[in-house]
Amino acid sequence: MAILTKKGKNVNDIIFDLFIYVICGIIFFIIAYPLYFVVIASVSDSTLVSTGKVLLFPKGFSLFGYKEIFQDARIWVGYKNTMIYSLLGTFVNLLLTLPAAYVLSRKEFRARRILMFFFVFTMFFNGGLIPTYLLMKDLQLIDTMWVFIIPFSVNVFNLIITRTFFETSIPNELYEAASIDGCNHFTFFLKVVLPLSKAVVSVIGLYYLVWHWNDFFTGLIYIRDYSLQPLQIVLRDILLSNQVFAEGAGSGGAAGGYAQRYADQIKYGVIIISTLPILIVYPFIQKYFEKGVMIGSVKG
Amino acid sequence: MALLSTRTAKTNSAPNIKLEKKPTIINTFKRDYQLWLMIFPAIIIVFVFNYIPMYGIQLAFREYDFTKGLTGGDWVGLKYFTQFIESHMFTDLLRNTIVLSLTTIIVGFPAPIILALLINQIKWKRGKKILQTTVYLPHFISIVVLVGLLNVLLSPNTGIVGHIMNAFGFHDVNLLASTSTFVPVYVLSDVWQHVGWNSIIYLAALSSVDPQLYDSAKMDGANRWQIIKNVEIPAIIPTIIILLILNMGSIISTGFEKIFLMQNPLNLPVSEVIETYVYKIGIISNQFSYAAAIGLFNTLINFALLLTMNYIAKKFSNISLW
Repeated sequence: MAILTKKGKNVNDIIFDLFIYVICGIIFFIIAYPLYFVVIASVSDSTLVSTGKVLLFPKGFSLFGYKEIFQDARIWVGYKNTMIYSLLGTFVNLLLTLPAAYVLSRKEFRARRILMFFFVFTMFFNGGLIPTYLLMKDLQLIDTMWVFIIPFSVNVFNLIITRTFFETSIPNELYEAASIDGCNHFTFFLKVVLPLSKAVVSVIGLYYLVWHWNDFFTGLIYIRDYSLQPLQIVLRDILLSNQVFAEGAGSGGAAGGYAQRYADQIKYGVIIISTLPILIVYPFIQKYFEKGVMIGSVKG
Repeated sequence: MALLSTRTAKTNSAPNIKLEKKPTIINTFKRDYQLWLMIFPAIIIVFVFNYIPMYGIQLAFREYDFTKGLTGGDWVGLKYFTQFIESHMFTDLLRNTIVLSLTTIIVGFPAPIILALLINQIKWKRGKKILQTTVYLPHFISIVVLVGLLNVLLSPNTGIVGHIMNAFGFHDVNLLASTSTFVPVYVLSDVWQHVGWNSIIYLAALSSVDPQLYDSAKMDGANRWQIIKNVEIPAIIPTIIILLILNMGSIISTGFEKIFLMQNPLNLPVSEVIETYVYKIGIISNQFSYAAAIGLFNTLINFALLLTMNYIAKKFSNISLW
């Protein structure tokens, strides 16, 4: 409150500020509380959680859920697969997107406009699920790890962000000077453009990484072999199909209620474990994400 | 004489022609071959995975034949379109799709604008930062985890929202498995997840408002509410229109993954939409031609809506996508 009255404003302003701060406080609570609740519920006694006794602080500290999770091989197979797909996938994404964006940012490149249209058109029109599925089948990508890495490895939105960044922050004089010194486009891109573009490389790298990490659709449509499934599919089975225990005793029967309580605790734990990598890096990269949206908002 | 004059004209203008020669894609190819090499892989990927399926759309007009692949099969014309329009699912699917996406736009579109205006009013820097960090966070939760979160929190017997509902006397309301609560739960959870992230673009627009406008508004004796109404809202109108066009373009393409994951036998009458139906008909039951026709129906309506909205916006406000 001290902040509000310090400057000695009129009553209307104070009421207005008070109103703003109350609304913002409510919004903060609505968004933050469910996230906080999952954290405390995952380390509390499952009976207390399911009867609604755990509200503000963990009660009856218990790591039962996490113990079960660490013994569940499915989660770690999914984790390992998603790690591989995300890292390799992001690498391929950057390998294709960055040079293409550089080319599209060169004003002397004659095919620039027509190629831009070639890319942007795919944002508004596509062949749809079935032709795409049959194409993957013809290319024999179904049930291989490559379906996570090769198809759609150029995201047009990220391409535009990167191109806009190169256009606005790499002055043409730089290329002219470099080419006088004998630089061609390859060396100029590698030795000058990339070192100057760390911000945009981290932005789109992180966009791609999060996209791969959260990708559920590819596994659902194109993968039948369970040993290739990414984490999100395993999560679906645990969180939504209620196959919490590997033996399949998630619900039903006389022990149903009992099992359900433990199942819920495992679910809270799984939510934390699967989101942990993103939660850990989030505070550090948050400023980059914002930057990405702002670069992208410059009309391309 | 005539011959001579043409010859002199030719010799005179010869160097000029060389200078004026317009650089075209072909004659700059030798100079730019390195650039072509750098963009070539991206062109190939987009061509194969985005344009070949577009070519494969003709499957919707053909009888799919396993031996002939993507575009073989006999031509059947509009057979599958009529089959879809005449099927008993048609009205239900169309209604569900439109209800769900319209509600999402009506509730979900203004929310980030309001949030951005609110955040912009906060003067306490630290508080602003904490609020922003928190509201952006849910955007990065995967859809599977979000739906899992809804399942455990909204469960009528064990979830925290279930307990609150019981406390207020709404017993036995299963928010997840009822036809009347599916749309609100879907839309509100969508707002919860994306409102913060979507507000960034408006905040960016607000931060570029000329400070002089604020000063002159204050000199004219405008109060805070009048500044919001007459300075800030007009400043973000162009952004609002562009985003509205883009949103209208996807009016009947709903988020497949989230709806698919939220579906259960009890809410299916309101939760079956065109995209989930295409998945079930095509990928699960292998009726590829029929599913492709339904998918194309969806794509065409979207594309038409996008063009119409863009046209309207161009006509009334001179703002358009291209």
